[in-house]
Amino acid sequence: MKRKLEISELIFKILSYTLLSVFALCCLYPFVYAVSASISGRAAVEYGSVVLFPKDIQFDAFKRMFNDNMFWNAYSNTLFLTLFGTIWAMLVSILGAYALSKKRLLFRTFFNFFLVFTMWFSAGIVPQYLNYLATKDVFNAMGIMDDKWLVVIAMGMAAMNIILLRNAFEGVPSEIEEAAIVDGASELQVLKQVYLPMCKSTIATVALFFGISRWNGYFWARQMISNQNEHPLQVFIRLRLEQYTDPETMAGWNETYASDSVIYALIVCSIVPILIIYPFIQKYFAKGVNVGGVKE
Amino acid sequence: MKAKAADFLIYDKDSGVYRMDPEQAVRDDVEKHYWRHVLQTIAKDWRLYLMLVPMLLVFLFWRYFPMYELLGCFKVSDNVLPVSQQLFSGFSYFKRLLFAGDGLSTDFWRALRNTFLLSFYGLCFGFPIPIILALFFNEVRSNAARSVLQVLTYLPKFMSTVVMASLVTMLVKQGSLTTSMGIVSRFLSGIGLIDPATANAGLLNNPAYFRSIYQLSGIWEGAGYDSIVFFAAIIAISPTSYEAAQIDGADKWAQMRYVVLPSILSTIVIMLITRIGNLLNIGYEKVLLLYNTKTYVTADVVSTFAHRNGMASGAGTGIAAAAEMMNNVIGMLLVIGANTIARKASNTSLY
Repeated sequence: MKRKLEISELIFKILSYTLLSVFALCCLYPFVYAVSASISGRAAVEYGSVVLFPKDIQFDAFKRMFNDNMFWNAYSNTLFLTLFGTIWAMLVSILGAYALSKKRLLFRTFFNFFLVFTMWFSAGIVPQYLNYLATKDVFNAMGIMDDKWLVVIAMGMAAMNIILLRNAFEGVPSEIEEAAIVDGASELQVLKQVYLPMCKSTIATVALFFGISRWNGYFWARQMISNQNEHPLQVFIRLRLEQYTDPETMAGWNETYASDSVIYALIVCSIVPILIIYPFIQKYFAKGVNVGGVKE
Repeated sequence: MKAKAADFLIYDKDSGVYRMDPEQAVRDDVEKHYWRHVLQTIAKDWRLYLMLVPMLLVFLFWRYFPMYELLGCFKVSDNVLPVSQQLFSGFSYFKRLLFAGDGLSTDFWRALRNTFLLSFYGLCFGFPIPIILALFFNEVRSNAARSVLQVLTYLPKFMSTVVMASLVTMLVKQGSLTTSMGIVSRFLSGIGLIDPATANAGLLNNPAYFRSIYQLSGIWEGAGYDSIVFFAAIIAISPTSYEAAQIDGADKWAQMRYVVLPSILSTIVIMLITRIGNLLNIGYEKVLLLYNTKTYVTADVVSTFAHRNGMASGAGTGIAAAAEMMNNVIGMLLVIGANTIARKASNTSLY
């Protein structure tokens, strides 16, 4: 009996370690390959001799990227959208979630339903597109000609994130709030000095969700931002990919590095900032899953 | 009338007359001037209600107004007039999409089938893998090793759809006289899984491979991250449960079967409901980035069908809205249905 126990455990353990390692390496490999291919020589990339490590190292593909004004433009646009988009989304969500978390709020059920219904039923992309076009007209009429503000204000709000915040606010004991009110705190002070510090980790998680989705946003930015100087990085990457994988436009390519290297360099440049902050934020990400909107 | 009167009249023994219940008087007043009381409450507490306003406006303008635009599916589509002024066309677009039998209608049925199939395969392959990963993670006793493995597997989740799709495109790209095919294609044809000529023509140009590429890249992207929630459920199991099972002579498989699985069942049910509820919510962004005219047969989903017809040049916004209307109504019924079944069956529900 004892022996059998050990064997089944051993098999399972070996299986776990092997398969997990294989899977983890598979997850990592495309990124490693992208880095290697971005700094390898033309022949090595085009004839496929780059497998894991770079060959005939060159940095010209990166130089080409860095000398491209459009690239820096796209980068600053993405920073702009991420910064202001996250601030705007957090402002709206925190205020709304705070009000929703109060039992004394009239029509609370209705407001909650108003929010949750958008998770069940979405109008779909074409009606949204028509609606954004109409919004664009209104914004232009108001004198806001910059499409970036349209993307910041009109897009990227998520009912799920507001519900996460609301649940966190509901978890704050009402005695603390009452004590603050007795001390003469106003509604805004209660929110700022009691709720925000007590729900710090949920707020960080939600801000992270908003930030990542802004950084990664592509479709609506491409549809709604007409001026190509205002395109964010993701749109820029996609347009370059379309251009560089088109055999006809690439027929006259006579650089010392492969055209693919430029695409890989671009991909590397776009993921480096995320990789740098990743170790610091990944625990919040893991947390966000667990706090989910689940009610029993 | 008499019975009703008795509710709010109190017999006063001292004076021998019926008196109005004072609380009832207040209740009556509230009922009579309901909206005045509501307004008074709001006016007294206006700061709280003011906080709600931005959120309500954002959702009204950019979540509910599009639903109004969606009603364009019942109107004659027109690129100049707003929906409110368009002529009513009844169900003609729905009839056209479902029963016309022409190219557009076949395309729509194909898109509907592809939407279902992509989701369904995602459910079959994408759902169990995170659970298996979580079971494996639980076996790794060293915290450092587990952290490294977990961090590596979550990593793709942080990448944007564009970066992911670009990588996939490059890894399976077609070869030509001067350049070799993508490295993954080369590997797959090297081990004999795929015919070299097919691989050389570009796997993304071949409808037979679109679904596999879509699912595999989905697993690559999300399986590690999705395993977090199951892993959290597994480490919450008390060690005494395992010890008890071991004393009863349970080997590893029996422990899995009788200790671990029952303990994480409610988590599995909840995640399954979410998955089923989102069955028609295919990530259109990813499909748009990966498909091309050659792979419409297997890749075209309802959202991309609507995108082509309503936003690029196509059959018009009315047709597109009708297609999305059907997709979204079925989707909503799935969410509500899955939720109701789960609530009845296990008392766990999402909303």
